[in-house]
Amino acid sequence: MRVQEKTINALVVVGLMALPLIAFVNDEPFTITLATRAVILAIAAVGLNVILGIGGLVSFGHALFFGIGGYSMGILAHHAQTYTALDLGFLTTDGTKLMPVIWLVAMAVSAIVAYVIGLLILRTSGVYFIMITLAFAQMFYYFSISWAKYGGEDGLSIYVRNDFPGLNTLIPIQFYAICFIILCIVLFLYARLQASPYGLALNANRQTETRVETVGLNSMKLKLVAFVISGAITGLAGALFADLNRFVSPTMFSWQLSGELIVLIIIGGVGRLMGPVIGACVFITLEHFLGGLTDFWHIFLGLILLCIVLFARGGVVGVLTGKEGAHV
Amino acid sequence: MSESILATHNLMKKFGAVTATDDVSIDVRSGEIHAVIGPNGAGKSTLIKQICGALRPDAGHVELMGRNLSDHSTAARAQAGLGRTFQISELAMEDSVLENAVLGAIGAVSGPWKFWKSALKTKELTDRADQALARVGLLQERDSRVANLSHGQRRQLEVAVSLTLSPKVFLMDEPMAGLGVEGSKIMTGFLDGLRDEAPILLVEHDMDAVFALADRISVLVYGKIIASGNADDIRSSKAVREAYLGDAK
Amino acid sequence: MSTILIIEQILNGLQFGVMLFLMAAGLTLIFGVMGLINLAHGSLYMVGAFAAAAVAGATGSFLLGLIAAFVAAALAGAIVEMVIIRRLYKAAHLDQVLATFALILIFSEGTRWLFGSFPLFLNIPSALSGPVTLPGGIQYSLYRLTLIAIGLAVGLGLWVLIERTRIGVQIRAGKNDREMISALGVDIGKLYTLIFALGAALAGLAGALVGAIQSVQVGMGEPVLILAFVVIVIGGIGSIRGAFVGALLVGLTDTLGGVFLPELFKLFMDNGAAQKSGSALASMGIYVLMGVVLIWRPTGLFGARA
Repeated sequence: MRVQEKTINALVVVGLMALPLIAFVNDEPFTITLATRAVILAIAAVGLNVILGIGGLVSFGHALFFGIGGYSMGILAHHAQTYTALDLGFLTTDGTKLMPVIWLVAMAVSAIVAYVIGLLILRTSGVYFIMITLAFAQMFYYFSISWAKYGGEDGLSIYVRNDFPGLNTLIPIQFYAICFIILCIVLFLYARLQASPYGLALNANRQTETRVETVGLNSMKLKLVAFVISGAITGLAGALFADLNRFVSPTMFSWQLSGELIVLIIIGGVGRLMGPVIGACVFITLEHFLGGLTDFWHIFLGLILLCIVLFARGGVVGVLTGKEGAHV
Repeated sequence: MSESILATHNLMKKFGAVTATDDVSIDVRSGEIHAVIGPNGAGKSTLIKQICGALRPDAGHVELMGRNLSDHSTAARAQAGLGRTFQISELAMEDSVLENAVLGAIGAVSGPWKFWKSALKTKELTDRADQALARVGLLQERDSRVANLSHGQRRQLEVAVSLTLSPKVFLMDEPMAGLGVEGSKIMTGFLDGLRDEAPILLVEHDMDAVFALADRISVLVYGKIIASGNADDIRSSKAVREAYLGDAK
Repeated sequence: MSTILIIEQILNGLQFGVMLFLMAAGLTLIFGVMGLINLAHGSLYMVGAFAAAAVAGATGSFLLGLIAAFVAAALAGAIVEMVIIRRLYKAAHLDQVLATFALILIFSEGTRWLFGSFPLFLNIPSALSGPVTLPGGIQYSLYRLTLIAIGLAVGLGLWVLIERTRIGVQIRAGKNDREMISALGVDIGKLYTLIFALGAALAGLAGALVGAIQSVQVGMGEPVLILAFVVIVIGGIGSIRGAFVGALLVGLTDTLGGVFLPELFKLFMDNGAAQKSGSALASMGIYVLMGVVLIWRPTGLFGARA
């Protein structure tokens, strides 16, 4: 069976619109929450896909940005709900419960952190890059554990989900709609970016940095910008995830989460537009159904992953389209 | 006398006890092809790497149109007008021929900081790429993956990408390598016409091509230029015969 | 702050360091020779600890437990290598990361399924429990001292193995040139299995030894794994000497930082704040160390220059 990638992409979008509506009609809020989780993880993985899929850099520490997004939301909302001032040194605020502001802050902080860390670590490559991204995420993980002001190991709870003008975010389908539209915007931007001159250069840079340098482009800057964009998107997803759970904790920085984000991309298909989305849907479905069958569902997840690596390279999209690489 | 476009001044590079480049000063003048020949291990690759910025010389410097390039990275040197082709193709193998040529056009024209409009739908970029592809005779392979190209076609694409840069000077590392008789002939004809556009520093093993093309030839042996002159000078040079042509025949 | 406390903490740091070395040695060998990133190395550490706890619990002999840990981890390593890992040597780093991440899931959940979620206990053998008096009148745990001795002995053993034996020659050759070693008539498949099993056995041994002072539970391997990665990145991937130096650096930084940074901070802030900031910084300390080393030397202290 050979399917066009465009057909698959369209089916995924339609599915993501239809499923929660069906669940809404049948009054199954839990299904909507599951779908919301999938959509948010998909956004995070689309972010990772910029640096990993197009740029070819295996970041094993993207939970770093997920966590930063989460804590951006947590800290702002915490100050707003306790009516305490947040003193940043150059600015004092009362925090906020307004989602768009929280998102902007989450993205900006993630981007700044990505820029600074990127300057330091993009000099390394290959396995060193994998390890150093992991190490930076761990650094933040341990920092968040010892950051007693914001809950330390126990994390921070937010009593009421944050606000979006004109919507009641407490209603699952409305919050889902917000997340789904953000996913669509992020996917649209990803597609533009991939086809743009910048995307073409970054894509070539994955294959040969020497060539890119030889046509007068700065390979390091290409990677740095990709890392910043990637971090900002994953940070945005972190803020949404924290809002979904109304809770942030150091586990958002955990290395397992970094691993899972990579897993999502591989399941779906590396460098594919919809790879992370399909990966997230498959992952959440597996988690839900296998997790319902047995407490030890991770064994099966592990086996499935092994099979994908050993036999189904290119992930779900690769298998369906019969094309292994995103670009072949 | 025509002006000097690219010049190296007393380049020195040592690897441990081996002197790979020993006080090399050569230049390329507008309108000419200057060939550098030499036996294997003579230091030709090391010389090229120093010119394009992949290796830092121990002493000496490189000038492009009178500008000292010492502080320029590889990318900055390309921006300044150095068009390099590789002995072993450095191409984005998963991408199409067009995409590789457009990459060059991005470097030459728009820069990479364009995030919105599709690169392959930007006429400015594709026109430039198509032109270059047409000139090397690769236009019909425009949409093929580089991985599926023949060896000779990849050589052509190497040259096409450097054409998209409209460089001030070409730096070509064995463009004939592995081309076969017919391919060499076509490439020779092509380079012959290219020199009016920008001069070429040509490192080449194919002696027929070198003697047919070069206005000047420099002979590099053990990192040193032992002779420099036109084809006849080199053919008649005793030192060259002993060091190089002699044992080649 | 007394000298005795300082010496005690240095010994603790050394003990932690040599145990990290047991983990890191295998990881770095496996990467250096086979070019494989093995995230599942922490699972082999866990396998060792569970095997030791089960056998020691059943027989009452700590020594038998240790042997069981060594053998079980080596066996698990050899089987995993033959069934899965050997298909990954030529694969991209990304595939290696993913496949060995999958192995962690399988090992962890498999162990949970067999042994349950509650920690097992592995007791320090009575002959080694209790303190000894060191010169200068310092009381220190005999067991921890034994761990330091074992770690140093393993380090020495590895050095002899790699520098002085036929297998060592093959390992060193394999590092540089797979083709060459095949041409020498060595069965490269067997050599790789052997190296993998050796690395696994060392990890298992470390798991059992540390399991006796901490608890034996699912998930115990991953924190150590990450530290071991930090160690080999600091030391330079592929270098046993680097792993040794890196392990001691990380062990000492972690242990001493945790004790002394809060003390240091008390000099210029109030106690509560000092305790918090000090311990926050201490837990980040080794990652800061790694960052500094990599910025200074992108391929680690003893890594091959790019």
